[in-house]
Amino acid sequence: MSPLRGDLEIVANWVEEGQRVLDLGCGDGLLLRHLFEQRRATGYGLEIDPEGISQSIANGINVIESDLDKGLSDFEDDAFDQVIMTQTLQAVQRPDQLLSEMMRVGRTGIVTFPNFAFYRLRWHIAVRGRMPMSEALSYAWYETPNIHFCTIRDFEALCAELGIHIIERRVLSHDLKRPLIGGFMPNLFGEIALYRICRA
Amino acid sequence: MPVNLPAQSVGRVSPQSVHFDEPLMLECGQQLPAYTLAYETYGVLNADASNAILVCHALSGNHHAAGYDRDDARKPGWWEACIGPGKPLDTNRFFVVCSNNLGGCHGSTGPTSEDPKTGQAYGADFPLVTVGDWVRTQARLADHLGITRWAAVAGGSLGGMQALQWAIDLPERIGHAIVIAAAPRLSAQNIAFNEVARQAIRSDPDFHEGRYALTGDRPRTGLMLARMLGHITYLSEAAMGEKFGRERRNERGAFGFHYGVEFEVESYLRHQGESFVDRFDANTYLLMTKALDYFDPAAAYDGDLSKALERATAPFFVASFTSDWRFPPAASHEIVRALLDINKRVSYAEIEADHGHDAFLMPVPRYQEVFGAYMDRVAEEVGA
Repeated sequence: MSPLRGDLEIVANWVEEGQRVLDLGCGDGLLLRHLFEQRRATGYGLEIDPEGISQSIANGINVIESDLDKGLSDFEDDAFDQVIMTQTLQAVQRPDQLLSEMMRVGRTGIVTFPNFAFYRLRWHIAVRGRMPMSEALSYAWYETPNIHFCTIRDFEALCAELGIHIIERRVLSHDLKRPLIGGFMPNLFGEIALYRICRA
Repeated sequence: MPVNLPAQSVGRVSPQSVHFDEPLMLECGQQLPAYTLAYETYGVLNADASNAILVCHALSGNHHAAGYDRDDARKPGWWEACIGPGKPLDTNRFFVVCSNNLGGCHGSTGPTSEDPKTGQAYGADFPLVTVGDWVRTQARLADHLGITRWAAVAGGSLGGMQALQWAIDLPERIGHAIVIAAAPRLSAQNIAFNEVARQAIRSDPDFHEGRYALTGDRPRTGLMLARMLGHITYLSEAAMGEKFGRERRNERGAFGFHYGVEFEVESYLRHQGESFVDRFDANTYLLMTKALDYFDPAAAYDGDLSKALERATAPFFVASFTSDWRFPPAASHEIVRALLDINKRVSYAEIEADHGHDAFLMPVPRYQEVFGAYMDRVAEEVGA
């Protein structure tokens, strides 16, 4: 099968052999398929988009049509080893509540999101005076499903508030590579942020 | 049968039947000494008999699920939307089998069949059968056809309940369970509708305690009312509104101030009821509604559906329709939840459709697409 997108490759490497995983907003299901096949993981993907659901089914994963804005009430506390949410946090109505739900149903979590403080996005607003668009944020403001943008600093502040411990952070630049100077000023040079989290 | 067959139709089909002389012990405690099952098949069984799909019908369905069973047939089988070349149950890949349930009135042994003890129609003496009984008869049909394991058992409504029961009762013989617009049990409201339907039939003066075959009468009015009531519950308010609104047959005329047919919806319902009476037996209708009412696989496990499903090994595909208020998405979701709780493999789609419960019979594009995607996966697994 085709290799995973760069950010998903990192996520996949954070999942251990045989873990039970829940993927929130699983899209076409390719990440879960990779985890099922390469890591002998088990679990489910949740998705709301009809096309994503059909693609996930075609990719052989278990997918449940669900609205993440309604929480994760289908799942018991600690039902999963890992709860994964890639590029979905910014599209839900209450990211804070969903993060808390993640930490209820999973022992650990993986969250990735587009960093709104990425320097190119800052340039869009500061210089051009327009809402930012980039490869990771390819929608115009009026049609975007991404309704809650946050920056690396925002996210870390929220985690502190919610009592969520950050185990590890990675940032990627716009071509999904590790930014050369990203370790130095991640909130400026990181386009995509990836976190491993757990309850503090 | 249309002169120009639609490209994705299985075309002209013929029913078959098989007689079983081995007695069948029923859940009600009675025994049937022998019985016949009528069935149709579409597609070709492969060499290792791994590509067979069992399709289970709903309350008023039968074994004629696809294609045209007579040269002069105007309508195809009841699941034409999903069975045929290139459709979700793709007959180029799968061997699809659909039988008329025991107790039916279209060729399988039922109330209209001759009771060997009396030489007359069973009528009201035909024992009440359950979904579990149907599973056991369908397993015998599988034996007869040389199928040790179905690639999938699929159905909508009461048919979906049979797929669910299959997964619980004979886990080693079912590869996948396809449960569409079904429920883990009927709600009180559902049982109430069934009871009104039964009372309509049973209170018809021509019912004669179910022994109407001896009199030459048939409880036509009662069965018609039962069907009219049922039909209302299979449609959504929106679907009825869109189809009929308040249209009247004599659109420009004044109200007639009589009780004859005026509104289009009255005409439609009467037509549905009348044409149903010509093709369906009242005792079968009673028995089918009772099988629905009794269905509750969780009952034997203190009401815990997860416990009932613990034995199941088949992955599930569960689907519901947004406007279905007879078997609403919440009922399907209960099945999904029970499977999630015990870490069973399941996929679930809640399909936006205005047709109400009947949506499972309709060519709804998203329904066909997601069902098809799942069946592609099943086909790949069995090399079909």
